[in-house]
Amino acid sequence: MKRIFSILALLTAVLLSFALYEALVAAPTEQTMGNVQRIFYYHVPSAWTAFLLFFINFVCSIQYLVRPNPVGDKVTNWTVIAIGIAACIAAFVIRPLPQGMEPSSVATTGLAIAGLYFLIKKYFPRERVDALALVSAEVGVVFCTVVLVTGPLLARQVRGIWWTCDVRVTSTLVLWLIYISYLMLRRFSTSGQTPILAAALAIFGALDVPLVYFSIWIFRTQHPQPVIGGGGSIDPRMLRVLLINWLAFLCFAALVCWSRYRLEILQREVEETQALEALLEPRSSR
Amino acid sequence: MMPNAATKSSGAIAGVTWATLAKDLRLECRSKDAINSMLFFSLLVVVVFSFSFDPNAEESRQIAGGLVWVAFLFAAVVALNQTWARELRNQVLDAYRVSPAPANSLFLAKALGNFVFVAVLELLMTPLFVMFYKLRPLGPAWQLIPIAALGTWAIVVNGTFFAAMSLRTRSREIMLPLLLFPVSIPALLAMVNATTAILTGEMSAKFWIVLLSTYDVVFTIACLLLFELVLNAE
Repeated sequence: MKRIFSILALLTAVLLSFALYEALVAAPTEQTMGNVQRIFYYHVPSAWTAFLLFFINFVCSIQYLVRPNPVGDKVTNWTVIAIGIAACIAAFVIRPLPQGMEPSSVATTGLAIAGLYFLIKKYFPRERVDALALVSAEVGVVFCTVVLVTGPLLARQVRGIWWTCDVRVTSTLVLWLIYISYLMLRRFSTSGQTPILAAALAIFGALDVPLVYFSIWIFRTQHPQPVIGGGGSIDPRMLRVLLINWLAFLCFAALVCWSRYRLEILQREVEETQALEALLEPRSSR
Repeated sequence: MMPNAATKSSGAIAGVTWATLAKDLRLECRSKDAINSMLFFSLLVVVVFSFSFDPNAEESRQIAGGLVWVAFLFAAVVALNQTWARELRNQVLDAYRVSPAPANSLFLAKALGNFVFVAVLELLMTPLFVMFYKLRPLGPAWQLIPIAALGTWAIVVNGTFFAAMSLRTRSREIMLPLLLFPVSIPALLAMVNATTAILTGEMSAKFWIVLLSTYDVVFTIACLLLFELVLNAE
């Protein structure tokens, strides 16, 4: 395990420096925005990584709540399978798909959701699912902060305003707020059942995000269209740099999550041992 | 057998809900803790806002929707914080947890009780708002009633749930708004925009009412599904 960890660390370092070079030097300069546009290579990959981590947190929270209950567990399993199948069918049946969606991306997303769910279920026992939820929320908040800081920098230069009440901007901000309150709940909780409270809050947050999205959707949006699978167009060389950056960020996120996860597990083991020792001590002194 | 058991259990839920609700209302009628502090708090908000803005009739139509709902949201937090704190004295909540009474009926009773408190507050404060901000709606004013009902329920149902959650934290009084406000953003957006739409009469509030109803349905179901877990998390 340690060996894989150091290999991943090395790989991340190489990828990050290569991505930095690609983003700052190799990528073509944008015509209208100039060099400022290079922030984009950090803005978009951070956003994707943050959303992925928040999604992992959501999956872990659901699993933490449903696993002790066999009926709920079964219902959730079948729901997830149904989502995967429905996405595959919908991708090739619904014509035309809403603007900005392609059949392959819809099908892949559905299958990825189901795959992620069952991977987490297979490799993480219930106690560890909670640690994974905590870790993904923490790292996700960091990446989301990067998105929210780089976004205004880019918008100021491109459109002359720092902030707009646009769909994706506001949804991201709300998501960030929800996960900050999630981390605060975990920090301030005095209950031994913090994981249950936190998981419930994560589910509330996940229910909230689509509502936020739709509530702002009716206003005309100022944010550029999605660059992949959307109406926006992007130079293929820029796309390559963007994807390399995303890969580097994903590796970095995985690395940070992994070490934080190990730390969390160790911390819990220490706490358990201390609790056990405290229980055993009076007997041995007697 | 099944329908009989189902009607029996739903009867039990209604019975326990009614008993708890009646107890809460009676307590509030005698002590007037929540309603007095809420009333005074929102009165202060109205006065402070009216000093800091002093708008004319046209401006106040634009901003009053936001002011009204922010005042009610803050005031509701005062009542919500007292919801469960009352049950902690003499370990009432622990007694409830070991009793066979369904957890959801306790939740429903608390949420309905808070709904009544906040609705009374709104009834009393709305004339004041109209007076201070010289409000005269240009749109269909009757629609403000469903908006108020749906908006109040949206605040109260999540607020009751998160108040139960924040019982398990240190500094619980401050924890409730920290948990409640981020999740309430879409509801708040819908209430404010619907109210502004009716006050200015420039657009239809229909979309926002639908959104608010969706929010209410989604989160009421979520609260009912998850409340038992939160109640028993000690």
